[in-house]
Amino acid sequence: MTDKTGARETVLGRIRDALALAPKPDEQVERAYRTGRTLPAEERLDLLVDRLVDYKAVVHPCTAATTASTIARVLAARGARTVGVPAGLDRSWLAGFDGTVREDSPDVPAPRLNDLDGVVTASAVTCAETGTLFLDGSPDQGRRALSLVPDLHVCVVDLSTVEVGVPEALARLVPERPTTLISGPSATSDIELERVEGVHGPRTLDVVIRTDV
Amino acid sequence: MSSTFLGMPAAPPRAPYGEGNLRGDKKFPKAAHTELRNEQLRENLHRATHTIRAKRLAMTGELPDWEQLRAAGSAIKTDTMNRLPELLEQLEEKVTAAGGTVHWARDAVEANAIVTRLVEATGSSEVIKVKSMATQEIGLNEHLEERGIQAHETDLAELIVQLAHDKPSHILVPAIHRNRDEIRQIFLKGIPGVDPGLDSVPAHLAAAARAYLREKFMTTKVAVSGANFGIAETGTLSVVESEGNGRMCLTLPDTLITVMGIEKVLPRYSDLEVFFQLLPRSSTGERMNPYTSLWTGVTPGDGPQDFHLVLLDNGRTAALADSVGREALNCIRCSACLNVCPVYERAGGHAYGSTYPGPIGAVLTPQLAGMHEAKNDPNSSLPYASTLCGACFDACPVKIDIPSLLVELRHQHTEQSGTTAEKLAMKAAGAVMSRPKLYTNAQKAAGLGRVIAGRDRKISHLPPPFDGWSESRDTPAPPKQTFRSWLASAEGAATLRKAAAEGTGAPSHPSTGENPEEQR
Amino acid sequence: MRIGLFATCLGDTLFPDAVKATAIVLSRLGHELVFPPEQTCCGQMHVNTGYQREPVPLVRNFAEQFGDSAIDAVVMPSGSCAGSVRHQHEIIAERYGDRALRSGVARVKAKTYELSELLVDVLGTVDVGAYFPHRVTYHPTCHSLRMLHVGEKPLQLLRAVEGIDLVELPEADACCGFGGTFAVKNADTSTAMLQDKITHVTATGAAVCTAGDSSCLMHIGGGLSRIKSGTRTLHLAQILAATRTTPYDALTEAAR
Repeated sequence: MTDKTGARETVLGRIRDALALAPKPDEQVERAYRTGRTLPAEERLDLLVDRLVDYKAVVHPCTAATTASTIARVLAARGARTVGVPAGLDRSWLAGFDGTVREDSPDVPAPRLNDLDGVVTASAVTCAETGTLFLDGSPDQGRRALSLVPDLHVCVVDLSTVEVGVPEALARLVPERPTTLISGPSATSDIELERVEGVHGPRTLDVVIRTDV
Repeated sequence: MSSTFLGMPAAPPRAPYGEGNLRGDKKFPKAAHTELRNEQLRENLHRATHTIRAKRLAMTGELPDWEQLRAAGSAIKTDTMNRLPELLEQLEEKVTAAGGTVHWARDAVEANAIVTRLVEATGSSEVIKVKSMATQEIGLNEHLEERGIQAHETDLAELIVQLAHDKPSHILVPAIHRNRDEIRQIFLKGIPGVDPGLDSVPAHLAAAARAYLREKFMTTKVAVSGANFGIAETGTLSVVESEGNGRMCLTLPDTLITVMGIEKVLPRYSDLEVFFQLLPRSSTGERMNPYTSLWTGVTPGDGPQDFHLVLLDNGRTAALADSVGREALNCIRCSACLNVCPVYERAGGHAYGSTYPGPIGAVLTPQLAGMHEAKNDPNSSLPYASTLCGACFDACPVKIDIPSLLVELRHQHTEQSGTTAEKLAMKAAGAVMSRPKLYTNAQKAAGLGRVIAGRDRKISHLPPPFDGWSESRDTPAPPKQTFRSWLASAEGAATLRKAAAEGTGAPSHPSTGENPEEQR
Repeated sequence: MRIGLFATCLGDTLFPDAVKATAIVLSRLGHELVFPPEQTCCGQMHVNTGYQREPVPLVRNFAEQFGDSAIDAVVMPSGSCAGSVRHQHEIIAERYGDRALRSGVARVKAKTYELSELLVDVLGTVDVGAYFPHRVTYHPTCHSLRMLHVGEKPLQLLRAVEGIDLVELPEADACCGFGGTFAVKNADTSTAMLQDKITHVTATGAAVCTAGDSSCLMHIGGGLSRIKSGTRTLHLAQILAATRTTPYDALTEAAR
């Protein structure tokens, strides 16, 4: 690219000079840490639930058949009346919800998302060992602002997308997609290095796990 | 290809003197002297560091492959530094292809100018900021303010520091020196319209920050962030955070400007599988931090449509040119070394005078900004602000041998300091100790210490520069007899013969090299 | 085994009792001790203060004094001096030495041990036949713990001592604040660390605080002495040297 100031060439030149002044042998990266782990479905579920609960997410196991009733129950328990959904979400999931469903689009200004009581999204992949949900902006997960601005996030996880560890989960992602890793509700450790839940992101995270999907 | 590469390589310059926050105004011992007298500070630091130590150990102990992850993290970083030019060019190409714009900044002055120009081009007079060490290092907020642009820090701890007109004292938790009661006071004074009944319950303090910043997130058109990682292979950038303020800044504004040190690049997307395990467990002692964002250039319909990446040198290439010190560039800013450091725990982060405090700061700061840039440069005291206890090395997720780096920087300092009284004393000691005859004479002279010790055989006052030592420690008087004279004495021989007889083994007696009897 | 004894400059001059005790323990175990008489100092203080040219003759002297292949192992009652020999001498030799020094340093480094390492790893001994009927707390010095990784070895040796009342030191792995010239250059911070260490030591109610390094013990002992604490410091070797027939008091009286 064009660089009128020459800063690019200067910095790259400095780096080459530095490497010439202090040359090092090639480094071989040995990856002896655990990768490619698998666990039976039941153990993956137990591990995930344990980790989600530890970080104050609320877990709701269900099946494909009870997805809609579970989501309806969760939203009702939270008192959510107006709920946002990404355009590609399976709308049958909200069949049991008697409030207002607003389909998101890029034209909706972010402050309008403030008006939502909550949001329901799917997820791309989940890491059991850390209790981490990965959202990658697919049509059933929506743009990043949607799962951020409302104070309640109900996230649906299919057990088949739950991987054991971080390497296994990352391997299923498409790098170029805007991706958010979510581990529990928003929190901070900024006051005396103690974890406190509830800052700028959703203060409530409900995870609906579909154990037969 | 750079023209300088074809000729003799030149030593890259340090960060410019007087720009940014890489130098305090006092040497460490003097600054620490003041901080140590702040009882509240010491109590806060003790409490916070001890809380996090236990959490970190629990989380790192949970992974059976922790050491393998550390080894891989260290190797990936070393490999990255070896291949920095090609990786940065690849990163630039990928970010550009994904709709972003890449800028290069030789130093803090240039980076500040670039960011200011980009903000001015949007017409906005304010920016929201994600906590970022790089922008703290270059003093971006101060620079923007001079140009009439207000920077709102959105990280809770950064907000506390900003509202109190204070300075950060920790890499991860810049307000670690404040406790909940102090934070309450700062919020009552600094947040317009805050509930006057606000108490000091951490959740309520966090809620107050949420309410205050929400409107800023919704209305500010420009955000400035740093980056924890930049992936050369894909052009993907990453910010690791907890509160969601990062997601707000990275998602809601129209324009995003990310300032990233050139050493933050990683070769492959899959390398994140190592660092996403190392970083949160080492820094906040969590299996995973609440939020991590990954973005690649611009995504239509999702997030800022105008994205700029500023790649910052500011002394990093000078550090890279040091074959030993280069290792400090491997740092992923987790702050585990601060949390375990006994010196940091007592003196606090402000005593280091730099954006980067603690053990890693004591090696990184002098390498970025130099330690002989002025007479009595405060940075020259940083490599000595350590007992070399090694707790930092043990805790470092990328295995930076900080004690060895400190020793190396001390050497560089003495080499550049000319002739000092200390150097003369060290030379003299070296000369005496390398000549056994002079050495034994000196041992006899040390016996004179018995004269200044009282009848209790203690020395309780010493002249400068040892007066700081003797202020709180007695020194025993040298004994009548050195070990070697005891060993050569009839008494010594008898004692060892008796010991050998007492044991079950064969009789033993000390020998002195080839011909033991001759020495007797 | 033929064992070279390095007294260390501090041990030789200021704390000979610890070196005597080391010699006594090894003699009692039936080993042949060699004390190369031209030995002086390992140069640790120089290197840790930033001086690497000045200690070159010291590094050379150490390698020459202990390089003799007739010496099977080199022992010193100091974790930090052993750490210097094992980790710093090669840096000095690499930078300011010649080929002979580099190979000399490598040879001697491979057979250099701190006392507890020699006893447990090399000699395979945990019970050295000691008797010490006192309450003792152990401070693991930083270089023993984190540079040499001696781990539990000193505690294994102490647990095997007859009659000992071994009590755990709270926050044992925290540095005492000595750090060589650190205690002089950064006396205030060092003092703050020392105060916490002393608080923990006195809280154990131990009669003796022990460690594997006379330098750290000089620091802790200096602080305990200043507050007129009833706890005194003794090198690990001094506890291991005490037996029923020659108990600790007799040892010290003989040495005075």
